[in-house]
Parts: sequence; structure tokens; C-alpha cells
Amino acid sequence: MTLPSFRADDDPGPSFLNVLRRAGGEPRWGDLPSDAPRPDITHGTTVVAIRYADGVVMAGDRRATSGNLISHRSMEKVFPADRHSGVAIAGAAGPAIEMVKLFQLQLEHYEKVEGAELSLEGKANQLGQMVRSHLPAAMQGFVVVPLFAGYDVRRGTGRLFEYDVTGGRYEESDFAATGSGSLHAGTVVKLGYRPSLDRTDAVELAINSLFQAADEDSATGGPDLVRGIYPVIATITVDGFERLDDTEVAERFRALLDRLSSPGSTTTTAPAPTMPGGAPR
Amino acid sequence: MSMSFYVPAEQQMKDKADFARKNIARGKALAAMLYADGILICAENTSSTLRKVSEIYDRIAFAGAGKYNEYDRLRIAGVRHADLKGYSYSREDVDAQSLANAYAQMLGDVFTHEIKPMEVEIVVAELGEAAARDRLFHIFYDGTVVDETDFTVLGGGEADAITERLKSSYQADQPLADALRTAVGALTGPERTLDASELEVAVLSRGSGRRSFRRLTDDEVTSALGGAAIEVEAEPDAPTAESTSTEPDAPAAETTSTETETEAETDAEVELPGDESGDAAGDTPEA
Repeated sequence: MTLPSFRADDDPGPSFLNVLRRAGGEPRWGDLPSDAPRPDITHGTTVVAIRYADGVVMAGDRRATSGNLISHRSMEKVFPADRHSGVAIAGAAGPAIEMVKLFQLQLEHYEKVEGAELSLEGKANQLGQMVRSHLPAAMQGFVVVPLFAGYDVRRGTGRLFEYDVTGGRYEESDFAATGSGSLHAGTVVKLGYRPSLDRTDAVELAINSLFQAADEDSATGGPDLVRGIYPVIATITVDGFERLDDTEVAERFRALLDRLSSPGSTTTTAPAPTMPGGAPR
Repeated sequence: MSMSFYVPAEQQMKDKADFARKNIARGKALAAMLYADGILICAENTSSTLRKVSEIYDRIAFAGAGKYNEYDRLRIAGVRHADLKGYSYSREDVDAQSLANAYAQMLGDVFTHEIKPMEVEIVVAELGEAAARDRLFHIFYDGTVVDETDFTVLGGGEADAITERLKSSYQADQPLADALRTAVGALTGPERTLDASELEVAVLSRGSGRRSFRRLTDDEVTSALGGAAIEVEAEPDAPTAESTSTEPDAPAAETTSTETETEAETDAEVELPGDESGDAAGDTPEA
């Protein structure tokens, strides 16, 4: 590979995407003919972000589906974007993961070229532009809808952003959810949210919301006790992005399951069998 | 049509080399050397914003001496080269040698074909997984590349004198603070001293996460010059954009074993879009 070299008046600047475009390596998902048959592509599903006292919690289930098939049980949808921010994805898995990879590179590239990090606001806008430029592909069925959250070191607070397919960027003050199970997950968070949540409560709320989403939405994966696969949960605070240990997440899920299956639980139990012969004696 | 006088190639090259050397010598010097846990680069630089030493990639650093705008342009080209390469292949495939060769080609081309050669000397340093694989490439204004084993000195009028001093004081496997004192002692010589504000110091240190480049603060430099040791904390910067690194062990998480991930992996390495995307794409069922 030769050294990329540009004239001063034609320089792509600190944007890795611009450099990549010049080098001809930019992924293009939107170039299919409009009458091409739509393949049943892999989709990632439910992710949530919740703001709490010290920052933000981000969580995502692990299931990826292709139509009615479960194509992955251990896919990850929550990624660090850089030291103080994270990105979570829902939608067409291939393009979404590519978008995350490019977004991470974009932030790191900027930091190296300019010698300074982008502001959190700047990062959120960058992601918005990436979603927007993905619109042609979204129109062909490869929809990608990310969540972006981070700790704003300049303001000293956690912040979170959600996007729509057109790259519209909406800052949320308390929580956000996206993906097929987001309606259920979002409702659970909404009911349990308090501005004074601490880390433990916020993580608990995230776990609860993913569990309920998995309970109602077939495309969202619940805790997989057989294989030991649990949702990815991460906190972003002044100390940076930190993924929770799987053992901690596993414990929390077991505790939740115990509570839900205890006799006093409000969970509806299965109705008694109605077939003759199957009736209770 | 204008006629130019015949100038022998030998004379032309010599003139260009003299020009470049003379101008590089007007700047201040810097030294790069191996120490016990990595590579130290120490530059005499009074500016705290116009950097001579910078990060190129996870394990690669760059330092330039001579004309600022020229080596800064080379630095940015290097970042682009490395990021493009890491994106198209994998993070592990980005190495200093190919970067040094690319720099050498560019500097050599400019030296031969342009009227003015670049007035720069640069060093590309790469931190190996083990100390034996640390690399230091010193690249000159005409594209000459020298692969150094212990240390190298760039720029300034007394580069040769500094090299001599470093040759006599350098020891392999020094702790960071000792190495820094050695480097500064060589840069200054017996007659003068430099304090932290006149130095720009950065290291590539083993065991400090994915991005191993770190600048030392003025306080750290001051205390090291005063005789104290430097703690290079294994910063948990690890979970930064652990990002795109493609780990070969990724598929392990998919096996039916209940042991999904090793502990080290869960707390440091957040997965790799790289791998997953490959897998995900592979799963795309027929229409």
C-alpha cells in the first residue's frame, strides 16, 4: 500500500470516511437494483440505554434472526465507540456492524489526526451523518438504527441519543430503546425510571426490560441459561466504558428468574389443562 | 524553449542533500530508544501544541525532526495509511515495516523528482509483543531507511555528538525513568540542562492496553529527571475502542459450552465488529 497523499487544497481532513471514499473502499449497500428480490437478511434486535446518576447504562440482547430463524445466539450489539462513549445497534446486522466499525475508526482517526477528541455532541452528529448516508440502503430494506450514549466529560453528565432511519438525531434525557422489542423494553424502563437511579438500580432496570422484551418479542433473546449466554451490559461513566462481567449479569438474571417464579410473583401462571383426563385429580 | 545548463547528476544530488541536511540541522534533536517495557521517544521541544512525537496506530509511534509542516504531513499520511490498512485487513496486519517502506518511497521520490527535497528526518517505532520484536526505523530525507536495534537520534546540529553520548550511556532494559534520564543527558550534553517544559516525551509501553502510545506529563518528566521512578499504570484504557480488533477466539462464544468467554476477554476486549460481520453475512439465507 502506498502512502495516501493529497494536495493541500484537496485534503480529506480528519475524517476517515473521506479518506476511505477516496481510496474507493467505502461500503455501498444501496446499489442494488430496486426490483431485486429482498433477501431475508440477519437482524439484530433490542437495545436500551438508561441514564443514571454516574453516567449511562447500555444493554442489548444477543439474538440475531433471519426471518423466523435464529441465526446467532451470541451476537453483540453494544460496543464501545471510544473511551467515553458507546454505540448499540439494531437492524440489519451486516451493515450495522460495519457502521459501528467505521464509527469507531472515525472517532479514533479524528483523535489521532487532530490530536484532540471530538466533543460528545460532535460524535453524536457524526453517527447521525453515517445513518443518513445509509438511507438509500435503508430504503432497500437494510435498516440500521443505532443508539449512542456517552459520558460528556465537559458537562460532567451522561447523555444519550437515538436516531431514525433518515439520520435524524434526538437527544433523550432519561432513556432510549430501539429494535423490534423496544416497545416492551421501553415501557418497562419508563415505568421503573427514576432520575436518582444508581448503578445497581439502572442495571437491574436494563435487565428487567430486556427480559420482558424477550418474553413478548420472538426476535429478542432472553438469558440463555443452557449455554451461559447473557445480554451484554455496559456502563459509561467518567472512568470510561466498562462492560459488566458475565458472572455479574448471570447472577442478576438468576435473581430475577427466582423472583418471577416465586409463589408470590405477579407473573401469570399457565392455565390448568382443559382436556378431559388432563384435569387435576 | 528555455535551455537549462547541464548539471551533473552527482552535483544535483549533492546540492539537494546539503540543502536538506543544513536545514534539518537547524532544528532541535530527538532520541528514540528501547527500554525495559517498550520504546521511549524524547524530543527537545518548547511547544506543547506543535508535536514532534505522535501516535500512528495501536503499537506504532512516529517522530519527526526538521520542518514542521513537512513531517506533520507525513504523520497524517501515516495515520491514514495505517487506518486504511487496519480497516481493509485487520489491526494485527498493520506494521511499522510497511509504513517505513511507504515513507521511504515517498521521501525518495520527492528527493529525486522534485526541485526541493523534504527537510525532514523521521523515525517509525513499533512495539513488539515481546521486547525482541521492538522495531525502530530511521528514515532520512532522501528515503534511506536504517533499521536501528537500540536507539537512534534525529535532527539538530549535534546529532552525531548526541549519538556518541548515547552510545556510551545506553544500557538495554533500563526502567523508564532511568532511560529518560539517559536520553535527556545525551540530548543536553554536560553543559546545559532541560526541564520538563522543554521536553516532549512519549512511550509505547507493553501491557497498557490496545493503544500503547502514551505521553508523559510534565510532572512525570520532572519527577523522573529528579530521580524518581515512573509508574506506567496499566491503564484500563483497554475497553476503549477495543473495537475493530479481530480476535481469532471469537467463535468460542458460540459453542454450546457454558463457558462463554474467558474473564480476561470480558473485561477488556469488547467484541470486534470485524468478525461478527463476517459471520452474520455468512448466515444470510437465500431469498
